[in-house]
Order: sequence, then structure tokens, then C-alpha cells
Amino acid sequence: MGVEVRVEGLTKTFGSQTIWRDVSLTLPAGQISVMLGPSGTGKSVFLKTLIGLIKPDAGHIFIEGTDIATCSERELYEVRKLFGVLFQDGAMFGSMTLFDNVAFPLREHTRKTESQIRDIVMEKMEMVGLVGAEDKLPGEISGGMRKRAGLARALVLEPEIILFDEPDSGLDPVRTAFINQLIVDLNQQTEATFLIVTHDIGTARTVPDNIGLLYHRHLSMFGPREMLLSSQEPAVRQFLNAQTIGPIGMSEEKDADELAAEDHTTLPPLPPIPLQLLPSDGRPRPTQPEPGAWCAANGVVPPPGSFQADPSGFVPQSPESLTGGAV
Amino acid sequence: MSVGSALTAPLATVGRLFAFGADVLLAVFRRPFQFREFIQQAWFIASVTIVPIALVSIPFGAVVALQTGSLVQQFGAQSFVGSAAVLAVLREAAPIATALLVAGAGGSAIAADLGARKIREELDAMMVLGIDPIHRLVVPRVLACMLVAVFLNGLVSVVGVMGGYVFNVMMQGGTPGAYLASFTALAQTPDLYQGMAKALVFGLIAAIVSTYMGMNAGGGPQGVGQAVMESVVITFLLLFLANFILSALYFQLVPAKAI
Repeated sequence: MGVEVRVEGLTKTFGSQTIWRDVSLTLPAGQISVMLGPSGTGKSVFLKTLIGLIKPDAGHIFIEGTDIATCSERELYEVRKLFGVLFQDGAMFGSMTLFDNVAFPLREHTRKTESQIRDIVMEKMEMVGLVGAEDKLPGEISGGMRKRAGLARALVLEPEIILFDEPDSGLDPVRTAFINQLIVDLNQQTEATFLIVTHDIGTARTVPDNIGLLYHRHLSMFGPREMLLSSQEPAVRQFLNAQTIGPIGMSEEKDADELAAEDHTTLPPLPPIPLQLLPSDGRPRPTQPEPGAWCAANGVVPPPGSFQADPSGFVPQSPESLTGGAV
Repeated sequence: MSVGSALTAPLATVGRLFAFGADVLLAVFRRPFQFREFIQQAWFIASVTIVPIALVSIPFGAVVALQTGSLVQQFGAQSFVGSAAVLAVLREAAPIATALLVAGAGGSAIAADLGARKIREELDAMMVLGIDPIHRLVVPRVLACMLVAVFLNGLVSVVGVMGGYVFNVMMQGGTPGAYLASFTALAQTPDLYQGMAKALVFGLIAAIVSTYMGMNAGGGPQGVGQAVMESVVITFLLLFLANFILSALYFQLVPAKAI
């Protein structure tokens, strides 16, 4: 079962530049959360702060009673054993084969025998569909394969919290769909707490239980998926629907003149809220909320056509099994 | 950037470099020692430095013989050419040539390697997997650099003195017997020890600076190139400073041999 991550008043600056200020949120145990944000809003910095690679200037991150922001180096290495992290390019060790890469955490932290290690590694390799590529070096395989190998390595110590740094960057839509399916399946199997950092709204609309939006140096909103997808808040609405109309400009936020010019334009209606991506076996994940539950509980009328099997033609298909496909 | 930060930024870097050095020192004593990585790195550094350093030390010995030979000849003290060559090579040339090669070839390779790992997030991944890269990667490299520097120092000493011999005897018409006999006239065994001690310190400095620069590379492939360049330049600056200090100390601590 996953572990809750509680972030309070987190602030980070580099020199005189504020990355984000006063970020407070709770990643619910066992659920999938997505952190969205325009490019350059410090999403990756946020992720690295969560695992203690970057020290925040203020605030706290509580994981099972330990405050990552202030704890000692020794405690940090202890808490990190709860984490599995998928870095942007997989971050495989270039001098080792994929097998050795995935086996690395086991060899370092456990007293398992080589044959036990082989069993575990092959199980994880099969999970991410990389059987047959164990003896390849990271430089010899494609970016998508490196990402999946990185995922296998992140999973090998059975982490309680799994962080994904842009799992879909540099991947084509088909591979992105496969990775998303894999994420949902993994959450069903492991019930770990997931945080995905991305700016792909296709992922954000269908995969997570919770969504957060980092924008303009603060956390604009964090909450259940349905809350953000039905939100009228300008930045949230603009980003989740990929529109040009709204406070987010090409380089930074728009200035007052630009916003005034948009005053009379009418926004298109909110698109329907799609159903969440289901695990490959078609059964909902244990931590997955009922479709429409949040809207009903909070008296929000979802946009027409929401929660229907094929609302806007955009629901990624669930493949039968991932291991057969060559991503 | 304000004037204040322009002045304090280099100082902050110096402070971080020393803090890094202290971290490395602590990690040296942590078990288990990464013996395999140590051997691999020592072999790697030796393999990229041996040939160039041998080629550098031959003309170095020859130049010393040329300079002192013509000078000493005018005083009629040609029998001391061998001694001068030994002194110059053992005390200064060998450790400095070693350091330049260890920093220029070994150090730059280390900085590039660690820098590439840094920007590929391998180092972050390592820390997240609960492995301290200082213990795992930096300590074996630092120790390997120091070991190789001491051995290379010996190589330069031998090859340099031989180069001086060949030049003096064959080109300047010196006599082999005088060259060899004068070895011990001015030079003494502590000269050899101080050369080795210098090489050890230079290897340490070169390795610490290049690993620090590599691990703090940023901003993509260009940042790695920058880190390599900076590590070589900073190492050279520190090496010549350290060399001066060590030489001055040596003259204070060890009395010169009377003729």
C-alpha cells in the first residue's frame, strides 16, 4: 500500500529567481496524481525536491513522519528507499547492460542471491516488455526503451512512491498511450502512490485521480481530476484545454493589455470529462474514484457528454497486454 | 549580477570545493571500498597518460641538460651537469609534468565522464537508489589519480634523467662517468621523497577539482565542455601554487646538501 506525501508551504528560489512559492498539497496514498505546468515552471525541480535532491528554501515535505526538507543526509538515504523514480531519459548507467542496471539496486541493498536477483529482474523486464534486451547497453536502444528500462529499475525495490519525470516526453502518441497504460496497470498491481510530472494534457485528462497545475511561480490548483476538468479558473481551464485564450502567454503570463484585448472573446464551452483509463484487465483500480463522484458530491454539473464511453473520440484504447507490443 | 555577488561567487565556489574535498575524505574510510572501480580507473588514467608523459619527459631532461650544460661549462664545472639534471628533474620537472598530464589527460576525462553522467541524471538516479556517488565514483577516482601520479612521477624521473644523459653525453660532449658520478653531489634521497609527495598532492588536487567540476556540470552538453575546460584551468592554477608552497616548505624543512 502506498504512502501519503504531505507538502506544506514549499518555496524554492535560485538566486533572485523564484521557482515557486508556498506550494502546499497532499498526494493521497495509493492514488495517481499528475503535476502539470507550462514549460519552465519548475515541475522537474518540484519532483527533485520531493526526493531531496534539491533543498527547498522554506517549507516541509512529510513522508511517514520524516521531513525531507530538514532531515539529515542519513535519514534521507533511508527515506529514499521508499521511492522509485523514472527520470526523463531513463538515467540508465551507461557502462552497464540493462540487466545490470535493473539488478543494481538489488545488488546494492539486498542480500539476495544472483538467481533470486535474476528472477526479480526478469519479472520486471517482462512487466515493461523488455525481455530479450537484457544484454544491450543503454546507448544501443531507443529512447522509449530506455524509459521503460528506467521504469523497471525504479520498480525493482518495490517502492511505495513512484515519481515519473515526463514519461511521455519525446515519445510518439502510440508509445505515450502504452506508457500510460503501463502506469495505470502498475498502480493497480502495486497500489503505490504515483506522481507524474508532464505537460501532456492527454495524459493529464485520462490517467490521474488528482491533478495539480504549477503556473506563475505558484501552485495554481491541486485537487481531484474532475474538480480541475470542470474548473472555470482561467489558467487551469486554458492549460487543460490547450487554448491560447487565458492568462498564460507564449513566454510568461500575459500583460494587462493582452488580457484586456481578450475580454470580449467568448471561450468555447468546456469539453466533456472523459472516463479514466482502465487497467488492461478492465477492472477499476482499488484507489480509483467512481466516475462523477466528485462532481456529484460537490454539486458541480459536469459538461454535457461527460463520463461516457466515447465522449469526444479521445479515450486511449486499452491494449490486451503490453508485453506483446514492441514500444 | 551585483558587485557583491561578483566578488563572493568565486569565494563560494572555493568554499564548496573545500567542503567537497572534506566529503571525499570522509567517504574514503567508508566501507565497502570500491576496489573494482579503483583498479579500472587507475588502469584507465595510466593508459591515457603513460605514452604522452614519456614523450614529454625526454625533451624535458634534454632542455635541463642544455640550459645548465652551457652555463656550467662557462664556470668550468661541467662535471656537475648530471647533478643539476637530477635535481631539476626529481624536484620539479617530474611532479609538474606528472601533474600536467594527470590533470590534462586523466582529469579532463574524469570531468567529462562525470559531467556526462550528471546531465544524463545518472548521478541523481544513483542518489535516489540510495548510493552516494562520492563514495561510489569519486573516492576510487581520487585514489587512482594519486596512485598513478606517484608511479608516473617515477617514470618521468627515470626517463628525464636518461634524456639528460643522452643529450649531455652525445650532443654536448660530456663524459658518461662525470654525469653519473655527480648524481649524488647535490641530490639526496629526500629529493626523491619530496618529488613523490608532490606527485601525490598534485594527483589529489587534480582529481578533486575534476570530479567536483564534473559533478556540478550543468546546462546540457555545452556545460560538460565548460566543466572540462574549467577543471583543467583551475587544476593548473592550483598545481603551480601548491608546487611553490611545497618547494618552499621543502627548503625550510630539509637542509641543502653541502658540496
